[in-house]
Amino acid sequence: MIHSLFLVSTAGHIFLEKHWKSVISRSVCDYLFEAQGKASAPENVPPVIATPHHYLISVYRDRIFFVAVIQTEVPPLFVIEFLHRVAETFQDYFGECSEASIKDNVVIVYELLEEMLDNGFPLATEANILKEMIKPPTILRSVVNTITGGRELRSVFAWSVAQGSGSSNVGGTLPTGQLSNIPWRRTGVKYTNNEAYFDVVEEIDAILDKSGTVVFAEIQGVIDACVKLSGMPDLTLSFVNPRLLDDVSFHPCVRFKRWEAERVLSFIPPDGNFRLMSYHVNAQNLVAIPVYVKQNVSFFETGSSGRLDITVGPKQTMGKTIEDVVITVHMPKVVLNANLTTNQGTSTYDPVTKVLVWDIGKLNQQKVPNLKGSLSLQSGAPRPDENPTLNIDLRIQQLAISGLKVNRLNMFGEKYKPFKGVKYVTKAGKFQVRT
Amino acid sequence: TKTPRPWSIFGYFELDIELHEMLDSNKDSLKLEAMKRIVAMIARGKNASDLFPAVVKNVACKNIEVKKLVYVYLVRYAEEQQDLALLSISTFQRGLKDPNQLIRASALRVLSSIRVTIIVPIMMLAIKEAASDMSPYVRKTAAHAIPKLYSLDPDQKDQLIEVIEKLLADKTTLVAGSVVMAFEEVCPERIDLIHKNYRKLCNLLIDVEEWGQVVIINMLTRYARTQFLNPNESLLEEGGEKTFYGSDEEEGKEDKVEAAALVVKRKPYVMDPDHRLLLRNTKPLLQSRNAAVVMAVAQLYFHLAPKAEVGVIAKALVRLMRSHSEVQYVVLQNVATMTIKRRGMFEPYLKSFYIRSTDPTQIKVLKLEVLTNLANETNISTILREFQTYIKSMDKDFVAATIQAIGRCATNIGEVRDTCLNGLVQLLSNRDELVVAESVVVIKKLLQMQPEKHSDIIKHMAKLTDNIQVPMARASILWLIGEYCEHVPKIAPDVLRKMAKSFTNEEDIVKLQILNLAAKLYLTNSKQTKLLTQYVLNLAKYDQNYDIRDRARFIRQLIVPTDKSGALSKYAKKLFLALKPAPVLESPFKDRDHFQLGSLSHLLNAKAGGYQELPDWPESAPDPSVRNVEVKYPTCSMNMQAGRSRDLKDCIVSTAARNFWMNPKPPPNYLLSSTKSKEPKDRSDSESEDEEESSTESSESESEEESESDTDAKKKKKVLLSISINHTLQGNTSPLGRLWTEPPVLCPSMKAFCVALLLKCSFPSPQAASPTCGPLKTYELLHRITGEGLAVTYCFSRRPFTGDPHMVSVQIQFTNNTEVEARSLRVLEPKLQSGMRIAEFPEIGQSSGRTGCLSLFSLNTHTKKFFVTIQPPVGELMMPIFMTENEFKKEQGELGTRQAPVFMDHVIIQRVISTANLSRVPCGSAMECRFAGKTVTSGSLVLVTVVTKEERAAQVTVNCEKMLIGTMLVKDILQALSQ
Repeated sequence: MIHSLFLVSTAGHIFLEKHWKSVISRSVCDYLFEAQGKASAPENVPPVIATPHHYLISVYRDRIFFVAVIQTEVPPLFVIEFLHRVAETFQDYFGECSEASIKDNVVIVYELLEEMLDNGFPLATEANILKEMIKPPTILRSVVNTITGGRELRSVFAWSVAQGSGSSNVGGTLPTGQLSNIPWRRTGVKYTNNEAYFDVVEEIDAILDKSGTVVFAEIQGVIDACVKLSGMPDLTLSFVNPRLLDDVSFHPCVRFKRWEAERVLSFIPPDGNFRLMSYHVNAQNLVAIPVYVKQNVSFFETGSSGRLDITVGPKQTMGKTIEDVVITVHMPKVVLNANLTTNQGTSTYDPVTKVLVWDIGKLNQQKVPNLKGSLSLQSGAPRPDENPTLNIDLRIQQLAISGLKVNRLNMFGEKYKPFKGVKYVTKAGKFQVRT
Repeated sequence: TKTPRPWSIFGYFELDIELHEMLDSNKDSLKLEAMKRIVAMIARGKNASDLFPAVVKNVACKNIEVKKLVYVYLVRYAEEQQDLALLSISTFQRGLKDPNQLIRASALRVLSSIRVTIIVPIMMLAIKEAASDMSPYVRKTAAHAIPKLYSLDPDQKDQLIEVIEKLLADKTTLVAGSVVMAFEEVCPERIDLIHKNYRKLCNLLIDVEEWGQVVIINMLTRYARTQFLNPNESLLEEGGEKTFYGSDEEEGKEDKVEAAALVVKRKPYVMDPDHRLLLRNTKPLLQSRNAAVVMAVAQLYFHLAPKAEVGVIAKALVRLMRSHSEVQYVVLQNVATMTIKRRGMFEPYLKSFYIRSTDPTQIKVLKLEVLTNLANETNISTILREFQTYIKSMDKDFVAATIQAIGRCATNIGEVRDTCLNGLVQLLSNRDELVVAESVVVIKKLLQMQPEKHSDIIKHMAKLTDNIQVPMARASILWLIGEYCEHVPKIAPDVLRKMAKSFTNEEDIVKLQILNLAAKLYLTNSKQTKLLTQYVLNLAKYDQNYDIRDRARFIRQLIVPTDKSGALSKYAKKLFLALKPAPVLESPFKDRDHFQLGSLSHLLNAKAGGYQELPDWPESAPDPSVRNVEVKYPTCSMNMQAGRSRDLKDCIVSTAARNFWMNPKPPPNYLLSSTKSKEPKDRSDSESEDEEESSTESSESESEEESESDTDAKKKKKVLLSISINHTLQGNTSPLGRLWTEPPVLCPSMKAFCVALLLKCSFPSPQAASPTCGPLKTYELLHRITGEGLAVTYCFSRRPFTGDPHMVSVQIQFTNNTEVEARSLRVLEPKLQSGMRIAEFPEIGQSSGRTGCLSLFSLNTHTKKFFVTIQPPVGELMMPIFMTENEFKKEQGELGTRQAPVFMDHVIIQRVISTANLSRVPCGSAMECRFAGKTVTSGSLVLVTVVTKEERAAQVTVNCEKMLIGTMLVKDILQALSQ
């Protein structure tokens, strides 16, 4: 299946390669670079590229191309999903998935990749199993690395210290998780404080047209969990109003049959952070749009200038405050600069990327934030036909906009009393206002 | 080739020497550091092959991390340094024999990854051995090793197929995905290997890990296409032809005959139960978090499900649109193909395909494609309004795609053609040249449909030639004017005049169209254009491009009459000004569905290497009986679990814990009452806490099961009969004895479910060590004579009972030797220990292990009642656990000891294991055999040591904190050994 993997930075530097079968020359990435040259942005590089002898399937994430080289028929989604899983594992291990962090932990990365694929076929992709086999880097070890200037020139002294502190990457015991029929959970979990936290995060995807009417709106939600419970807890999570959920997808730990029959989530959780479920809220229910936006962006025929006027205010907020409101506008290429004033927050215009960002912060009922001013255009250039779209970001704490509510969380199988918590957040997903 | 290293040339040598020294040192920490540096070099693609001899020496290093990194190195460079690599082989061969399953597995993994042809025989041997290893994890590794060996030496195919066949029969979820992967890579054409495993794979599917699921589903899609009938075939005939023929009365008799033939041919379609099984068992996987799994199920439904059921996949696919853009890209490609065939499916989700300004261009274009495919008379106005906003986008490639999409909507939906055309004409005054050019191209295509109405548009476009520079657009305008020069008689020659002026500066496609225009004008209006045409032809004659020179020569011969001109020139006008059919604007995704959806080949619209064609449905169904698996055992074996009673709630949890993602069917229990439905009260009477696994499920499943079997029983009686005889012939030596399967009235397919489910719910729990293999001892519960034809045997399957780990599973086999149906086989009034004291003594059962007698119950048929007793030997009351030698010794010190001398036998291990459900503990000494286990109910450790001494003598030591169990076990083992 997956023959080789190359990690390539946006600048075109191949900084890691790994082969699961015979070695494939890194020159195969030239086809990717070619495609990248044609594409206007890295996101526009086609995920599947056919070359004379191989196929390149790549994902672009965190400014890195994960390029898998394959030779024979394989479902492309299989590879794409796997590559994302790799990126997520790095994220989980190193706190961030970046060129620097991968280079700093190249040995762990290599060991991880070795375990994740066997002959190009996924072997262990569950974080819980991997962590049993390969320990994530500890703070102490990374401190040692920093002091001594990284792995390359680490002195004899440094690694004897590191050894003394038991810094082996590889777990001494062989993993048992892989053999269990609950492969997502490691055995022998022990905590002094037993806690289970659930974040219900909902995102509003919406397109509003010029006049503010809703073209399309839907709510997508996820429940992210952070479960730190000893032993083999068996949890049951029930909702007050499960009918709201229209379409769901689950972590493999959730017993589907139980959901079908009783609409409760019953599961033995993995240890640590994981996404329990994602859901889509029934489209028939009208989506409450928490803000209104009035905007007027116009370019004049003469004088190479334009005017911009945006007003944002709270609409259906269910009595909660709207925070972290940010409005991003991608301006047409001919807009050279913007001279804007606002009564709340800050606005910046980057003349290189042509992006206007208006960071508003909290929305108050009393004072309605407004951004006003003029745009200067490239002189002589024709007036742009198109109007920019406004992308809106916001956050409402302690509210699930769909009204979904967790009823209760029960635990079976263990004796102790865990600490339980549920948090609700509503965010703007792909929230756009057309102008 | 060596790439330059970041440090100086001196540094490089120093480094190499330093690494050598470190690798040679006897400190693990130094070795580890050296290996880390080397692996970092490999990761960056630097050549580290010089260090091979120094590294390979460390292959047997005790430090696990060093060892692993050496493996990484070895696998990377072995191909280049074959001779040296051979030095390491013996280490792995030793590893293959290690008592620890994980070490065996990792040894096989590395050994099979070393791409050195000379070790092929060693690999083959290792794979064969590992394929029958008792650890499923090792067997999984063996499955992984198969394609590795195959790619190294394809000549091994036949032998490998044997191994695959063996592993396909494996019943664990761990192995299933990997072996199907091997099957797909080595012998995808051997579809016959799947027959016997088809039902098992369907039933295991939901518990297989996600990657395995994808592979299995894709394979099963292909399998189903060869084995089942097209569920949509009959529908097609009914919907189309029947009404057609029915309404047409003129053809009379002939027609009726034909219709009759049709009726005969169209015998009612009944879906093969196995086909249904596949559809039913894959459906829950649409809820998987893994996009690849969802896509796999979606394509399975698209290719296999009856039309009415395909709709379920739409919602799941739309959900994937929220995922990463790469996922969206692939999903949209597949949705685009699906929308051509099954538009209705995605119509409710129209708005989910609306485009956002932040989408990457390739996603936008694909969404546009889907929107266009979804367009119909009712939603076209919404879609066009949406398109209008897209045209204003900043992304010009996307705008161009939108214009094409509008063109396609206009051709497909007649009502909006004029609206679209007007809109496009407005775009002709757009400031962006690309937009105008694209509009011209699309308008050209639209105009071809009804040119006479639109001469003013053609005039408008003729004016554009002054401004538009995009070659494709210029070419399109010129073609239009040439084609419809009769509608614009005044403008056309003028355009030609202008073009003749700029001829030399035009692009090739434009030049060709100028020639075209000239030729057409010459034929229709030679008075005005004769000279111009000849001028253009002369220019073209000396053009650099041979196509253009060629065209010029050809046109001149054809249109300019000379002495030599042949017969063709008479028809020149017909040739050039023939009526041309309007172009059909088609989706590029049309007919892509002959590729299996979700595949790489589908995405590229070209066959990728190793792609397996999706076969067409067979005309008539192949023999479905090839999938019957229970031929060997025409009796239906059922799991009966005896165990300590626990409170009900607790039990639900534990049952559910194991049966997660479980089938809608519960595991069969021994309370199946079939033909005569009993009153619930009756039933509950017959239950006791001893059977809590049945009571937990009874609430949700019994009614369903009962009704199903009831109705099926009536309908399928005939079928059943023949099948039963079949079984008798094959499975029993006496062809006269007719075997009825129990429960007797389940239809054959139902029976298959039962068996399969049984396999599923009783596969070994890998948390404990895998149960030891070997023949199970069968005990008789009811003799054939005493039971008046009904024989009942039981054995201890040694598999953890899925419902509750504290119980021991007992497998009971019923055989009916009479010709009469045995009905209502069920358990009545089970008595625990002695009688009905179960309520007072909930601890009774086998929890204590103090007692041999576990349960006493009466077995009831509709006529007879038999009293039987199950007496488990103490050795069956435990389960094997895995521990190391050190742990063993440590534990041994803590436990009480029973000892007894015995005589030594060569089959000591065999005997001990068959007596008690224990697992072997790795042990350094050849004189000792150690076994470990724990009691099922209380989990107390049981350790057994057998030390052999001279003169066939041996000493058995049993350590257990339960004195009684210890004593009884010693007795049993002694007895077994001294036999």
